[in-house]
Amino acid sequence: MNYSGLISKKVNSIPPSGIRKFFDLANEMEDAISLGVGEPDFITPWHIREACIYSLERGYTHYTSNRGMPELLNEILKYLKDRFGVEYGSEKEIIVTVGASEAIDLAMRAILNDGDEVLIPEPSYVSYMPSVVMAGGKVVPIITKVEDEFKVTPEQLKSCITEKTKAIILPYPNNPTGAIMNRKDLEAIAQVLEGTDIIVVSDEIYAELTYNGEHACFSSIPGMKERTILINGFSKAFAMTGWRLGYAAGPEQIISAMVKIHQYTALCAPIMAQIAAKEALRQGASDGQKDVEEMRKKYNRRRRLMVKSFNEMGLTCFEPRGAFYVFPCIASTGLSSEEFCEQLLREEKVAVVPGTAFGQSGEGFIRCSYAYSIENIREALKRIGKFVTRKK
Amino acid sequence: MEEILEILEENNRISPEEIAKMVNMDVEEVKSFIKSMEEQNVIVKYNTIINWEKTEKDLVTALIEVRVTPQRGEGFDAIAERIYRFPQVKSLYLMSGAYDLAVVVEGKTMKEVAYFVAEQLSVLDSVVSTATHFILKKYKDDGVIFEDKEKDRRLVIAP
Repeated sequence: MNYSGLISKKVNSIPPSGIRKFFDLANEMEDAISLGVGEPDFITPWHIREACIYSLERGYTHYTSNRGMPELLNEILKYLKDRFGVEYGSEKEIIVTVGASEAIDLAMRAILNDGDEVLIPEPSYVSYMPSVVMAGGKVVPIITKVEDEFKVTPEQLKSCITEKTKAIILPYPNNPTGAIMNRKDLEAIAQVLEGTDIIVVSDEIYAELTYNGEHACFSSIPGMKERTILINGFSKAFAMTGWRLGYAAGPEQIISAMVKIHQYTALCAPIMAQIAAKEALRQGASDGQKDVEEMRKKYNRRRRLMVKSFNEMGLTCFEPRGAFYVFPCIASTGLSSEEFCEQLLREEKVAVVPGTAFGQSGEGFIRCSYAYSIENIREALKRIGKFVTRKK
Repeated sequence: MEEILEILEENNRISPEEIAKMVNMDVEEVKSFIKSMEEQNVIVKYNTIINWEKTEKDLVTALIEVRVTPQRGEGFDAIAERIYRFPQVKSLYLMSGAYDLAVVVEGKTMKEVAYFVAEQLSVLDSVVSTATHFILKKYKDDGVIFEDKEKDRRLVIAP
């Protein structure tokens, strides 16, 4: 059979993830030190795991309502209000999903018609583009620059908007650059959007991981809540990547459309994960937030160590203010991002991700995660330092 | 500043240069801070936690409950000092509840610990009674889990 003809054209049009490509290479080497992982090195705090174990013992093993367990929805409402100052009035404005990734996919499928344009800042997380394409949309990249601190500027936004523009994804704090958009930046974006029907998909999965300043939530900007689909989840803040639990908050009509798709595909998020997430938020005011704070503090120390070390090596490093990545410029070595990563892996056995995995505009950069122990980071930096000295 | 102490508490092998980068301070500032903390006895000692069970070395640890008669004017302090001066005593705590002092003692053999209790501890004037509990296995010591099953199970590269 000719399988290539059998696969959907949409799927065929999506390139394989640049990260995965590199993964195969890195996996061949057993003793490589990795700075490539986009997930916390902490294990889910014990009280959260314990809540899940306890619930299993009591037999919580069934479906929940499509939208999510009411108790969890309520905790999310409370959390969004307390932590980010954004008040959603009812459970109908929330949906619990299988990871923030599903929420992004649902959002795209709920709003896009064939040919609708979606603006996506670049470099950015690898899943946005395929989600848009799979939903029949067309991606219009907004190339962000290090000079602008990898932020989308209002001018850029204005110049990209056409009558086909349906939505813009705002992925801040950003993976891979670590860039954030502060309140003033967001207000400027809001000003451009006012008077249009453009929907904002604000992926704030790294909201709890910001350094030197508070996270600004896009839906908390006056007038923006009614056009915003706020995406968040438990993976990064609570070190719960494997639980696959995220959520979206937004206008009831849009969320209802998302629930419709969700009920025919995922049906509901796993109950074990929902119970664990409820515990993560329920302790929010006390212990839970302490866990988050403790992790954030450790990330922050590693972040500073990495930024300074890269700058000392001569790899100019933009100061990331969120997430857990640094995105140093490797152009001074004369190598392309892929060459740099491949040679570094072969010669020094350190795995980092080429910036091009996040779009062509990532050329000249590498992504290094600091979700690693200090010992691991120190050793990796030492090896990268040796490598860079050799190449210069 | 507290941050520097936290970093050192977690791992004292990190150099002042690295600490300086982590807390965004001058190396000299970090060095002088550490020195002053040492002088003020805030940093008491740089310790290493070793799981001796994994080595050839014979080591017995016992926790001894001690009931004492407090002394006029001195309370428990004088008798505590008498006890903690013994080199065999690794830790000593004043407790509330059924007994007064918890004494952690280390020795090469059970016999050695037994000898210490019988000949040196029990005979002290203010000691009323002792109850010795031998520690069979250490699972967690000073916040560190010895046989930590929670390894890094992440994939080498993930999005």
